[in-house]
Amino acid sequence: MNILDPQGPIAAAERTILIDSIGIMLAIVLPTIAAILAFAFWFRHSNSRARYLPDWAYSGRLELVVWSIPALTVILLGGVAWIGSHQLDPAQPVQGTGPGITVQVVSLDWKWLFIYPDQRVAGVNTLTVPVGAPLHLQLTSASVMNAFFIPQLGSMIYTMNGMVTRLELRADEVGDYQGLSSHFSGDGFPDMLFDVHVVPQLQFDDWASRTVRSDQALNQESYTRLLKQSVPKDKPVYRLDDPELFQAISTQKIAPGPGPEQEPSPLSRLSANLPEPICEGTHVR
Amino acid sequence: MFGRLTWSAIPIDQPIPLVAGAVVLVAILAVLAWVVLAGHLPYLWREWITSVDHKRIGVMYTLLAMVMLLRGFSDAIMMRAQQTMAFQSQGYLPPEHYNQIFSAHGTIMIFFVAMPFVIGLMNLVVPLQLGVRDVAFPTLNSVGFWLTATGALLVNMSLVIGEFARTGWLPYPPLSELTYSPGVGVDYYTWSLEISGVGTLVAGINLVTTVLKLRTRGMTYLRMPMFCWTTLASNLLIVAAFPILTATLAMLILDRYFGFHFFTNEAGGNVMMFMNLIWAWGHPEVYILVLPAFGIFSEVVSTFSGKPLFGYRSMVLATMAICIISFMVWLHHFFTMGAGPDVNAIFGIASMIIAVPTGVKIYNWLFTMYGGRVRFATPMLWAIGFMVTFIIGGLTGVLVAVPPADFLLHNSLFLVAHFHNVIIGGVLFGAFAGYTYWFPKAFGFRLHEGWGKAAFWFWLIGFYVAFMPLYAAGLLGMTRRMQHYDVAAWRPWMMVAGVGAVLILIGILCQIMQLVVSIRHRAELRDRTGDPWDGRSLEWATASPPPVFNFAVMPDVAGEDAYWRIKAHARAQDLQKSGPDYRDIEMPRNSPTGFVCAFFATIMGFALIWHIWWMVALGGIGAFATFVVFAWRDHDEYVIPADDVARIDRANLAERRAGMQLEAAAP
Repeated sequence: MNILDPQGPIAAAERTILIDSIGIMLAIVLPTIAAILAFAFWFRHSNSRARYLPDWAYSGRLELVVWSIPALTVILLGGVAWIGSHQLDPAQPVQGTGPGITVQVVSLDWKWLFIYPDQRVAGVNTLTVPVGAPLHLQLTSASVMNAFFIPQLGSMIYTMNGMVTRLELRADEVGDYQGLSSHFSGDGFPDMLFDVHVVPQLQFDDWASRTVRSDQALNQESYTRLLKQSVPKDKPVYRLDDPELFQAISTQKIAPGPGPEQEPSPLSRLSANLPEPICEGTHVR
Repeated sequence: MFGRLTWSAIPIDQPIPLVAGAVVLVAILAVLAWVVLAGHLPYLWREWITSVDHKRIGVMYTLLAMVMLLRGFSDAIMMRAQQTMAFQSQGYLPPEHYNQIFSAHGTIMIFFVAMPFVIGLMNLVVPLQLGVRDVAFPTLNSVGFWLTATGALLVNMSLVIGEFARTGWLPYPPLSELTYSPGVGVDYYTWSLEISGVGTLVAGINLVTTVLKLRTRGMTYLRMPMFCWTTLASNLLIVAAFPILTATLAMLILDRYFGFHFFTNEAGGNVMMFMNLIWAWGHPEVYILVLPAFGIFSEVVSTFSGKPLFGYRSMVLATMAICIISFMVWLHHFFTMGAGPDVNAIFGIASMIIAVPTGVKIYNWLFTMYGGRVRFATPMLWAIGFMVTFIIGGLTGVLVAVPPADFLLHNSLFLVAHFHNVIIGGVLFGAFAGYTYWFPKAFGFRLHEGWGKAAFWFWLIGFYVAFMPLYAAGLLGMTRRMQHYDVAAWRPWMMVAGVGAVLILIGILCQIMQLVVSIRHRAELRDRTGDPWDGRSLEWATASPPPVFNFAVMPDVAGEDAYWRIKAHARAQDLQKSGPDYRDIEMPRNSPTGFVCAFFATIMGFALIWHIWWMVALGGIGAFATFVVFAWRDHDEYVIPADDVARIDRANLAERRAGMQLEAAAP
């Protein structure tokens, strides 16, 4: 998940801006730190060789310099921020091979649902995408806020109920990566990890055509099961019965997740789903 | 009868909060028992609890902050322990407990450590620096303190009765709405902050009025010490920003209690409105905390360099610039919510612009040291530690103000490291510097230097060991608030950070030892001169501790660094002004209004949390009745006759002269 090891153009450009900005600022910061330590040491009380200027408290030239140094730095960085914000806006289209694929992302308590409306497939906690193709992501939440983030591909973006955010990405190297939720969303939040499989186009087509014949369907019934608070143990894939499912979620035609089932007894609720018992407690299920 | 409150609210099955709560309860009962049995209760009631003396209230604020620092730090070290253990396992804290801990940690550290610490120091020092006898509204001051204490009490009650919020230090909806957080945790959060927020607001109004309306003769705005300027700026921000917090939380309360839809998923609620409102308060809040710290460092650096502050007017300008710009940057807390490039860029650049006046301040402190005679007493060590540490925090802050960099770093441990870097390195170091610097003024004896220096080094090194690894973990993609994780690359950094937390713990233990040792050796550490550091502003022109009226005769001010000039003048003339014209002094009477009001507010807050409606009425009527009784008072001042003033002042002067001669005679 190292963000300094990007695997796509967005993450790479953002890393460059990150490192350049640090570089620009270090050029000012390091001499300043050195000067603080040097002045404090040289003008120590016991140093009789240092000049004592008990009334020296103003210098117009120095004032000019001390306002100019941070101002110039900020002008430079402000330019970086302005250009960077426009070039790397999450909704800005990314070039790539082919027209790309659309993935609709839904954050649920506490799992990610990835819907491929064109391929008519869907999956939980696994995002499979073709290498080099532009990825058009539309994101919403079926319950509380989360943030979608694949560190090595760049640009996290929030998911919010009743709203759709957009994100354009591209993955340049075949491989397996990890994504996570980067906004706290409740007790199951640390388990909102998902696998990102970047595969060659042919393999992606193959995966999609296999999945579309799956006997598990994503429909009202299975979606309602997903809506309930839980941390899934496995990563099921579905054929997509209703290609308008995402629109129904994001426009709240389907009501958002119900939250905790009963009086808050999260201990018992969670331990049914976690890989190992977290501590002694009563089990409801 | 008792609303939602049943025996199941006591967490019998969870040993950690239960034991922690029991320990706190036993400690409180032990202290209370000692106070009552040793017969200190009348003294405490008369001299402290009902006191409207700004110095006493300042001390009580600071004490509250230091006690709550222990609570907040216990949360911190539990989190660090959890994250060292919870690699591919559940650690020792289940999620619902861990989530309460990080929520409580942030809430307590901001609202009940940092805020009371800086407000306490402002209360203690600002009237003295302005050369006046009290703040503008002494009884209101007491009300403000006790309401803050109410908030702190409610937060701590949640340890043993019910639960605290599990939604982070800012309760983002819809997670904090009834659907997703049906328990009492969020209610504890909202009511604590509603009540203590009123306290903070009245403290802000009080201090703004004090600086604007109560200054001694000749104390023009541009002769005020820098700490008074930063106090003014910080309290203007409180007055402007805290009502936003109160209103925002009130909307959340309406959602939760009356089925409103401000921030819900359903019925047109909008979470973005919460985001905008909470950060319209939240970003100025950062400057409310750090501006007073800047003021403290200005005083400390100037005093211990034996020089006036370099570029005083420039500093004033920078302070007021920060005050204004801090209201124009809130959106940088959610660049990653898809606002669009123009909005992101404008708020990013606005955020960077704040770094300009802040940078100017750093350079001005630097040039204050230039040509000085720098004495490395403990407050100065904190100041130098601050300058170096804060620059690093500033660098990472400007970095996350660049939207594309924030797209990678938002909510990561890098961000967590950044704001701890500025809040510990800025606010807390400033509070510790001010605590050490003004302690002799408040109590008449200095703090032990050896233990103070040990505390400084453990804190400084502990800070770097604890938080530099979090920067690294953030760059490795680790996000905040993870109760457990499976990524092996993060683990070593978590282990190192845990070691850092232990070093900070040793630093805190050194501070406790420092206080104990200093009290035991108070005779040797006694400050007879009233001016232990060769100070420059008026708080050093009176005895330590100052008499209740601060100054027997209101000082005349002829320029910046008022007391420095008086001293220079006295040296040149080789005489002190003789036979001052003593007059009767009117001082405000002590009043239990604040304490009684807060008592009823506590009852009301607790009842609101648990839906015990008859008790809500009881608390509300009680608090209002207290106010009515106070409003109907006949006498609120008493007179100290001129003879008494003269007697007290002559004794103080004789003592201070003797102290100064002793000091001059010493090698």
